[in-house]
Amino acid sequence: MSDIISKKVEKMKPSGIRAFFDLVLGMEDVISLGVGEPDFVTPWQIREAGIYSLEQGFTSYTSNKGLYKLRLGLSRHLKNRYGLEYDPDDEILITVGVSEGLDLALRSIINPGDKIVIPNPCYVSYGPVTELAGGIPVYVNTKDYGFKLTPRLLEKSIDKRTKAVLLNYPANPTGISYTKKELGELNKIILKHKILCLSDEIYADLTYDFPHTPFASLHQARNNTIYLDGFSKSYAMTGWRVGFACGPREIIAAMTKIHQYTIMCVPITSQMAACEALHTGRKDIEEMKREYQRRREYVLEGLGRLGLACLRPAGAFYVFACIDKAGLNALEFARRLLKEQKVAVVPGSAFGKGFDNYIRISYTSNFDNLKEAIERIGVFLRTA
Amino acid sequence: MDEILEILEKDARTTPEEIAGMTKKDAAKVKQAIKKYEKEGVILKYKTVLNKELIRSEDAEVRALIEVNIVPQKDLGFDKIAERIYSFPEVASCYLISGTYDLLVVVEGKSIHTVSSFVAEKLSCMENIRGTVTHFLLKKYKEDGVVLKRREENKRIAISY
Repeated sequence: MSDIISKKVEKMKPSGIRAFFDLVLGMEDVISLGVGEPDFVTPWQIREAGIYSLEQGFTSYTSNKGLYKLRLGLSRHLKNRYGLEYDPDDEILITVGVSEGLDLALRSIINPGDKIVIPNPCYVSYGPVTELAGGIPVYVNTKDYGFKLTPRLLEKSIDKRTKAVLLNYPANPTGISYTKKELGELNKIILKHKILCLSDEIYADLTYDFPHTPFASLHQARNNTIYLDGFSKSYAMTGWRVGFACGPREIIAAMTKIHQYTIMCVPITSQMAACEALHTGRKDIEEMKREYQRRREYVLEGLGRLGLACLRPAGAFYVFACIDKAGLNALEFARRLLKEQKVAVVPGSAFGKGFDNYIRISYTSNFDNLKEAIERIGVFLRTA
Repeated sequence: MDEILEILEKDARTTPEEIAGMTKKDAAKVKQAIKKYEKEGVILKYKTVLNKELIRSEDAEVRALIEVNIVPQKDLGFDKIAERIYSFPEVASCYLISGTYDLLVVVEGKSIHTVSSFVAEKLSCMENIRGTVTHFLLKKYKEDGVVLKRREENKRIAISY
């Protein structure tokens, strides 16, 4: 039996906190600050568009690249919002969330042994997907630099086998983001070493303190950037699984090749709903964003009162809090907090090595819950 | 709209300290602002939205929407007669509207009889009222932006990356 599973997959480490996740899922009446998605339901007019498309009988495949109307809408949206120009014909691909987009991007560019620079802590899939594609993840610990990749850190981590750097901003799990100036500095290094930038900007619309700058909009960056984004977080559409990848023609063509054989196309209902989101959903984003912003201030103030240090996140809906004060490692902290106070958070160790003294707190929960949760964490800290 | 009002309109129980925490403002300043809004009449009242469908039947209320046609009075227009109507405690809301009738009056009472006697004895026989059409409400689905259903369960999984 041991020969059945491929060596590559067998080598993949199962997540160390799977058992903790199961523990949370098995418990009732838990206040969860451990969720990586909005607590809003998809705005009604978007859901309604999905339902209507079914009523109209739109139940077939679409073009591999995705509905033209959606690609055209995206092309216009990116032009209006950021001044980015992508041809809807062959520079935009509709993917099953950013997850698929990232997988396609990595598989399209990696030759065996190529290295991908990944700032740490990072979203859980980056490393494993890189390895599955035959690449080698080069993790760069950013803890001492405000969880941001600096030009020096980047330059130090690049060698002859480096193919790309994978950026994510605003970031999961830290909520940090980069200003245009900071991105410009990173771009200089990327251009100097002629590597690619894969930019996961799924939380772009949830940037609070300064305007979001897409990496591809930087000077000369467009031709070596694969820009990944989607509808999940901004329009509260996680379950619909619609993302998109934009990039230079030849890269999008390569990604489309893999996509057509593995996925065929994103479900048409989801694509129709996404069209509606682009068309009428912007005002909903603004409303949800204001709400997140208030929760951010509220949670930061609450954690500050409890003496849990955390950097002020500039976007997304996470706070990455240091739990040194509690004298427990992250998994133990999370497990006991769950058992004793019924509050769920994600241990920092899920997001990379060296974050054993952090927890990720999502503020995608209503004020009553946030208030109660902060109180309970306070009780926990006093008794732990 | 001021963020303080936006927050209070969503949940009137939010304390000034909490609002201060959400908006990075000073709690004393928030308190001051609320006082000012109350004084100016921007904030009129704090109340709880009840789903009366779920309350015991003897406490249930009957609600009717009444279209009222009136003869406007010289110099006073519709306002004087509207005031005479909305001053009755039975009137929950009263609006002047465009179209085939003039006032839309929402009346609440303990039973159909209370509401109809109000219409027959108080409203229709009032001076300057040309006629009324009464619609009794059969079921409420949504009121003041709130869908009248039991709180829905959270459909998200409790933990994810």
